[in-house]
Amino acid sequence: MDHPLTANIRPGEGPPDIEAYGKAGGYRALQKVLKEADPKGLIQTVMDSHLRGRGGAGFPTGRKWSFVPPGDRAAHPVYFIINADEMEPGTFKDRLLLEGNPHLLIEGTIIGAYAIQADIAYIFLRQEYTLAKRSCSRAIARAYERGYLGKNILGSGYSLELYLHTSAGRYICGEETALLNALEGRRAIPRAKPPFPPVTGLWGKPTIVNNVETICNVPIIVEHGADRFRELSRSVDGGTKLYGVSGRVKRPGLWELPMGATIREILEEHAGGMRDGFKLRGIIPGGASTDFLAADQLDVKMDFDSVAAAGSRLGTGTMIILDDRTCPVGMVLNLIRFFARESCGWCTPCREGLPWLARILEAIENGEGRPRDLDILRRHTGLLAPGHTFCALAPGAVEPLQSALTLFEEDFNRHIRENRCPWRK
Amino acid sequence: MLTPEELTEIQAELARYEQKRGGCIEALKTVQRHRGWISDETLAELADFLEMTPAELGSVSTFYNLLFRKPVGRHVILVCTSVSCWVMGMGDLLEHIEKKLGINLGETTADGRFTLLPNVCLGACDRAPVLMIDSDLYGDPDVKTIDEILAGYV
Ligand SMILES: Cc1cc2nc3c(=O)[nH]c(=O)nc-3n(C[C@H](O)[C@H](O)[C@H](O)COP(=O)(O)O)c2cc1C
Ligand code: SF4
Ligand code: FES
Repeated sequence: MDHPLTANIRPGEGPPDIEAYGKAGGYRALQKVLKEADPKGLIQTVMDSHLRGRGGAGFPTGRKWSFVPPGDRAAHPVYFIINADEMEPGTFKDRLLLEGNPHLLIEGTIIGAYAIQADIAYIFLRQEYTLAKRSCSRAIARAYERGYLGKNILGSGYSLELYLHTSAGRYICGEETALLNALEGRRAIPRAKPPFPPVTGLWGKPTIVNNVETICNVPIIVEHGADRFRELSRSVDGGTKLYGVSGRVKRPGLWELPMGATIREILEEHAGGMRDGFKLRGIIPGGASTDFLAADQLDVKMDFDSVAAAGSRLGTGTMIILDDRTCPVGMVLNLIRFFARESCGWCTPCREGLPWLARILEAIENGEGRPRDLDILRRHTGLLAPGHTFCALAPGAVEPLQSALTLFEEDFNRHIRENRCPWRK
Repeated sequence: MLTPEELTEIQAELARYEQKRGGCIEALKTVQRHRGWISDETLAELADFLEMTPAELGSVSTFYNLLFRKPVGRHVILVCTSVSCWVMGMGDLLEHIEKKLGINLGETTADGRFTLLPNVCLGACDRAPVLMIDSDLYGDPDVKTIDEILAGYV
């Protein structure tokens, strides 16, 4: 039970079918929950487990669920939505769970939906995950056949419909209120908050949106208890975490480790360290919208509080490595271009500011930068800070930029001084 | 005219949403699956069917990058232009593909065989650089294998 999320995943073999999943103990947690018939107690268990959201923001899952008005006070239908839109550059963890063990996600979805007494659930899946689409639709069909979904689930009196929605592109759909607009057949523009989705969500009804990895933890918590779940972790956050590494390391990949494993352990033991001839210069710890950490911060523990204390965010827990043969300015330009292109265009600082940043970075990279460009870049990291925009896209976009301006200041200066990118041949 | 087959598929999707318009993205994807892209005429008919105005449905259709409002080639290549693939050398690979096909990102070959599009992170960064052709994912192809891969799509 060291790797509860991935224990039944056999890469290259296809996901376990419902029989194999059941033999390994699958859908036992669901039966337990339905027998106990105590949604409030279930939410308390998830709170006690210290499970925090794996979609990037790290919000405590049980607490989020508790915001849904209980019982008759809620307007029905209540919705439970799985965010399977995974598009954060550098992030490839939900893919493994979706392709490798869809029944774990479905069981978690039914249990989560039961906790908030939801009537309808959706899995919101990005279109490019074609293999995941196949594995999830098949698994959903099997779960219906077994009576785990649909009317009067296993004779409990509880009913739930689960639909798979495949999206049509755009990174912003992963932002939970943009996702709701996408599901309503609108342009995926984030909504002003408050009101928050647990009270006013899809079609104005109470709605919970959770990440795939978050929800895959739920059957594990129910089956083994909150205490055992907390013990899986080396930090105050419960459970294990899927950590990933991409970039010029020997073995890029994904590993399920105790929450709070150090960067060193992930990078050196699991990813095999840097490729020969490459030196580590920086680490983006949790997907494109997290601050760079320096090459000497290897002993930072990868849990929410520790990474925050080190000056960045755990985000999605999938690291992107900057090596010494890659230009840091070029890397930040790639990131900012991405965010500029994916901006939904609703708020001015994001719509106008990000393309401006991209143009400045492009000029610096092309050897046309001026010393005062760095001040403009720095000022923007404040102008696009949290509170100035409707959603977290713009604040996330400037996180790697602001840290790069400090960590790699000399590299920026050199581009401007020498009127060229020192990395370009 | 929307075909009976398209209408049946769209109807099945609409049942999954509280209001009809909720199914409009699935509906757009359905006609695109059958016709390759969504023309103004198709959009207008679909809007009528969904009880939306063409302007409303049009504004939805232009938001999502995988809904095509212009004809595309028989095969669509989605090239990941995000950060891990950039670090791992997508630049050179893309240059090779552009030269090989004689088109730039955003264009379609003259014979209508390939459309080449930039895409956000394809969620396979451990296999970077990554691209997709239709619904198939390819991780870290070198210049020789990419030529063979492309030859497989006629
Ligand atoms: C621009 C943007 C993109 C996001 N994309 C995703 C995504 O693809 N998947 C995801 O789970 N969360 C994404 N999020 C976070 C969601 O808004 C939300 O916090 C999350 O789905 C909640 O689930 P959790 O509490 O289980 O983490 C994104 C947020 C922002 C601002
Ligand atoms: S910050 Fe950017 S992406 Fe978010 S709502 Fe504003 S314009 Fe849209
Ligand atoms: S950055 Fe290319 S697949 Fe993730």
